Amino acid sequence: MSSQGRSRRSFLVGSASGLSGAWFLANYPGILAAEEFVLEAERSEQQIGFAFFTPEQAAEVEAVAAQIIPTDETPGAREARVVRFIDRALVTFEKGRQPDYTRGIEELTAETRRRFPSRSRFSELTFDQQIELLTAIETTPFFNLVRTHTITGFFASPVHGGNYGKVGWALIGFDDALQFEPPFGYYDALPVPPAPRLGVGGQP
Amino acid sequence: MRTFRPQEQVDFVIVGSGAAGGIMAKQLSTAGYSVVVLERGGWGKFGHEQDYTKDELLNSNPSQADMLMSDPVRMPNTFRRTDRDRTVAGVHSYGCCVGGGTVTYGGSSWRHLPWEFNEATTVGTIAGTGLADWPITYEELEPYYTQAEWEVGISGLRVDSPFVAPMSREYPVPPVPLKSSGALLKTGAARLGLTVVPGPLAIITEPYQGRSGCVNCGMCSDFGCHVRARSSSAVTVLPIALETGRCEIRANAYVHEIPVDAQGRVTGAIYFNEANEQVLQRARAVVVSANASETARLLLMSKSSRFPDGLANSSGLVGRYLMLGNIASANGLFEHPLNDYKGVVSGAAVVDFVPSDERRGFYGGGRMTSRGYATPISLGLSGLAPGSPRWGAGYKQALREQAQHKMTITCFTTQLPLETNRVDLDPDVKDAWGLPAMRITSQSHPDDMRNLEFFRQKSIEILEAAGATQVWAPQAGDSRGSAHNRGTCRMGNDPAASVVNRYHRAHDVPNLFVVDGSNLVTGGRNHPTMTIQALAFRAAENLVRAARAGEV
Repeated sequence: MSSQGRSRRSFLVGSASGLSGAWFLANYPGILAAEEFVLEAERSEQQIGFAFFTPEQAAEVEAVAAQIIPTDETPGAREARVVRFIDRALVTFEKGRQPDYTRGIEELTAETRRRFPSRSRFSELTFDQQIELLTAIETTPFFNLVRTHTITGFFASPVHGGNYGKVGWALIGFDDALQFEPPFGYYDALPVPPAPRLGVGGQP
Repeated sequence: MRTFRPQEQVDFVIVGSGAAGGIMAKQLSTAGYSVVVLERGGWGKFGHEQDYTKDELLNSNPSQADMLMSDPVRMPNTFRRTDRDRTVAGVHSYGCCVGGGTVTYGGSSWRHLPWEFNEATTVGTIAGTGLADWPITYEELEPYYTQAEWEVGISGLRVDSPFVAPMSREYPVPPVPLKSSGALLKTGAARLGLTVVPGPLAIITEPYQGRSGCVNCGMCSDFGCHVRARSSSAVTVLPIALETGRCEIRANAYVHEIPVDAQGRVTGAIYFNEANEQVLQRARAVVVSANASETARLLLMSKSSRFPDGLANSSGLVGRYLMLGNIASANGLFEHPLNDYKGVVSGAAVVDFVPSDERRGFYGGGRMTSRGYATPISLGLSGLAPGSPRWGAGYKQALREQAQHKMTITCFTTQLPLETNRVDLDPDVKDAWGLPAMRITSQSHPDDMRNLEFFRQKSIEILEAAGATQVWAPQAGDSRGSAHNRGTCRMGNDPAASVVNRYHRAHDVPNLFVVDGSNLVTGGRNHPTMTIQALAFRAAENLVRAARAGEV
């Protein structure tokens, strides 16, 4: 193996400090272009293919995303179509991350085969096997990149392709009405104890 | 909008269009003077505020034209703790668009208290610090606080408390509704015998001066206000300035030098326009309102044979006594949902610890504000309690349990002015225009750090008294940059110990005025905007008087 091999290896192994909270590079036209993709898909009313991922790659990324925000009694990353968000992002405002995904998915496959010789793809692993593998790589740059993208796609406006049906917002009780009247929550609806030392014109 | 040719000598050039620059533009133009405002940032959605995005992804990744904050890529700054430390990339940022920081700020509009103008007398000087009395008193500034509150549009409740500045008039509109975080603050405070008051905010709660009241949209601080309820300079004073027909605002005009003539008078301002051409706008006088950090940098860049150390810098104090602004905070989880993302960021505060108290063993005070505001993406990426799972079923469950159940107490605290804390020009790093980047050197006084710890502990106590099921409070760090930056061109009567006089005129240059947070002698409790606005109204009145008397 060449030095390239070592650097490829380190991508999955290395520390991810500083990446987990990473925000995207400023790329507004790219984000708008991604929105266009989504609108196009809605207008055409038919399943639009992936713009960057092969179907196999998409299945792998979706399987990882679905472990980051799993489906239980409520929708997870899969139902939120996070993989669509990531796919659009990778041909628009996150273009620079394409090689990271290509390489990361390859390494994910290699790691799958190493740990579970009878399996050739991460998405074919059992639920528990997937968790075992991801736990082993949860500090790597690739995992944290997918984590950042998954969470962002899950909670960004649906116009960007993820958070389908606003399922991400539903999970955290976020309403995008952009207009609210008090009381807003439980505690401001309760009678508030009197403030002992405050009053207009009163002595403190 | 009336426009001027750069060769045309206007009465005033104003550098910056924020809290102070906007007020100066309005006051000078309505007084009959011709004014050109040079704003380094873009227009934002000036005049069509309904187009401000409420999309978190877009708002955090704006196009160059839509940027509302300083651009860290094209306008980098650097940082070092002390002169002995290595300089690293800086994180200082501030509002940078027409209207400045007032377009996106939380809107806190606290007055300084009367004794905050003479703490060197009332508290006593502190060895090794620049704690000093202001050259003006609260009584002198009070009418201008009132003017600012009514002209800008501040919501709030006038209260009678030793911990809140006395007012000669009510606020023009009532305070924002108490949110659940505010109600919990009140509950905890009441159990500890502490005082909670509604926070004065530059966010109107009912129609005022042709603008509509806040609709509690929940996408507030860091976003532009799409209903024009936030009383930014862009929707209050600047439109009035434009209506006079005597004021032009030039956005994307990056002023980098204020030139002087043989007599040592400034002749205008030189800026890069959008096409990267250098333009000199001629003017009879110049007002610099670029925020404490950029005002100092501009003066330091304006070197000439007459002013080799930078303009108005015979004292050597331009850039010094920088106060970036520190905060301490604590977080708590509660049993029931707060839904605190609805409404403004913060509308209630504990004020009992505003004064310094020698029994604590150090100098310091501050204001404790309640908040629970979190936008969905930032909540998902980094908003959960420490120790919460970062992915998987546990992560999802933590999101469910914590999302609407968290509140934070954020404390805005004192920072002593130190001569060594400063803005200067980085000798190595350049910005995208080839100009020296801003270098910040800042290490808070030990008392400031003890004060932060005091407030951190008090925050924990209040959250626990309010019934939090879990409380966590990271150690408060010493600031590396903040939109609340103050100091750098302090006002004073002694030309050797200050940069401008009590009327904001540079001691060294008769037709140069500096009006912004740089003039603050002491930083108050890290809520500077209302004092900046009051100072601007006062400075403008005196400037007009001087101009009419032929003294500019």
